Amino acid sequence: MNRPKLSQPLPAGTIEDLPMGPSARAGHLIDVSSGMRTFRPVIDTEKCVNCLRCFLVCPDGAIDKSGENLEIDYDYCKGCGVCQKSCKIGAITMVKEGEA
Amino acid sequence: MEKLFVSGDEAVALAVRQAKPHVIAAYPITPQTIVVERLADYVEDGSLNSEYLYVESEHSAMSAVIGSAAMGARSFTATSSQGLLYMVEGLHYASGSRFPIVMMNANRSLAAPWNIYGDQRDSLSQLESGWIQLYVENVQEAFDTTIQAYKIAENADVMLPVMVNLDGFVLTHTYEPLIMTDQETVDKYIPFARYSNAMNLDDPVNTCITAGPTYNTEFRWQQQLATLKAAEVVDSADKEFGELFGRSYGGMVEAYRCDDAEVILVTIGSVTGTARVVCDAYREAGKKVGLLKLRCARPFPTEKIAAIVKNAKAVGVLERDISFGFEGAVFSDLNSALKQQNVNVPTYNYVGGLGGRSISKENIAEIFDALLSGKAEKPLEFINLRRDINYGA
Repeated sequence: MNRPKLSQPLPAGTIEDLPMGPSARAGHLIDVSSGMRTFRPVIDTEKCVNCLRCFLVCPDGAIDKSGENLEIDYDYCKGCGVCQKSCKIGAITMVKEGEA
Repeated sequence: MEKLFVSGDEAVALAVRQAKPHVIAAYPITPQTIVVERLADYVEDGSLNSEYLYVESEHSAMSAVIGSAAMGARSFTATSSQGLLYMVEGLHYASGSRFPIVMMNANRSLAAPWNIYGDQRDSLSQLESGWIQLYVENVQEAFDTTIQAYKIAENADVMLPVMVNLDGFVLTHTYEPLIMTDQETVDKYIPFARYSNAMNLDDPVNTCITAGPTYNTEFRWQQQLATLKAAEVVDSADKEFGELFGRSYGGMVEAYRCDDAEVILVTIGSVTGTARVVCDAYREAGKKVGLLKLRCARPFPTEKIAAIVKNAKAVGVLERDISFGFEGAVFSDLNSALKQQNVNVPTYNYVGGLGGRSISKENIAEIFDALLSGKAEKPLEFINLRRDINYGA
């Protein structure tokens, strides 16, 4: 899976190394962000037909399509369930964290 | 050299036309309206090639020029009073992001009570916004300072927004002769170069990133250093302007007849013109009075003021604002500056000209008399305060 890499937005060093004004290279990611999830989506790869609806609607871009099967990045999935709602063939189920 | 007869607002618009901003976004408000009307005319008649955004509010005007400056476009906006306050959120975004926007502000009273006339409570309430604040005395200085503002804002070591303040009506709507600058020399004085922090497709950045406790203090220190650096640049921009155009204004401050002055009056904005006349008359009468005209309120010219007033017996500060429950903002700053520089001169605060009330030559003469007599008592006085309010009388 093509997981996003964590990176610090600002260079280590002295004040002189800071950019003029608070800006940083686009696309930086300073932390994983999934601690608020109550339910996690689980894809049944036997049922999934790779229609990519869930990939398109995921608000966090946490569904990866680079492999043979779709894969959810649980480091960034908030558990919103939009993917499950969008799946027309019921290939995604929401599983309560800690229960399965 | 072309000589015109124009109002302060028109002078600002003419100066902006010569500065050739790529983007103008503004919302009209009395007494700034003529500035943005003229600029709209210039864009319409083709004499100014700017993208002119007609926005629905001052908050949007400031947001739009923040966007254009972020793209590295020379930008201009103008406002006044309530409009300035409506922009306040954006003022901090602009300065914190180091976007060199130039804005004209027509100094006008703040509601309530409702009032469209001049005082300086609008801009002086924004001394903490991170903007460089310049104040001008007359139409010519309004024109010249607007051009200087781009020189200061876009200096590579400064890169901060600049607010050029004109007293509402007294300056914005008063017609005076104006000596125009020629376009070629203005182009030479403020050549446009792409900003170093401009957005760039080859090196995309997120602007206004979160800077939490780990970095916030360092960005603020950086901003403080840049604003202090601006003090030198306000001086050098004025000096260079003088070399090219034959007019300069002393940079951060002008000391007028202060050399051997026993008492010095600090003024800010157009009232300086009135005070000059009184100062001259007193000098002719052998009275040793001087004027200190504050052109730049941020950064504050701490050392310069201390050096000018250190031998005086009394210093008065005449300002068109009041921080309720305390004193005028300029007075507080001046006292702090003198304390920092170990200058111990008695200081007195005169608050007047609120909501458009005129400050007359007689008012200023009374201040000089009080300071000269050594009998000025109150640290703060509302001048011209009417105790007998007789309607229509």
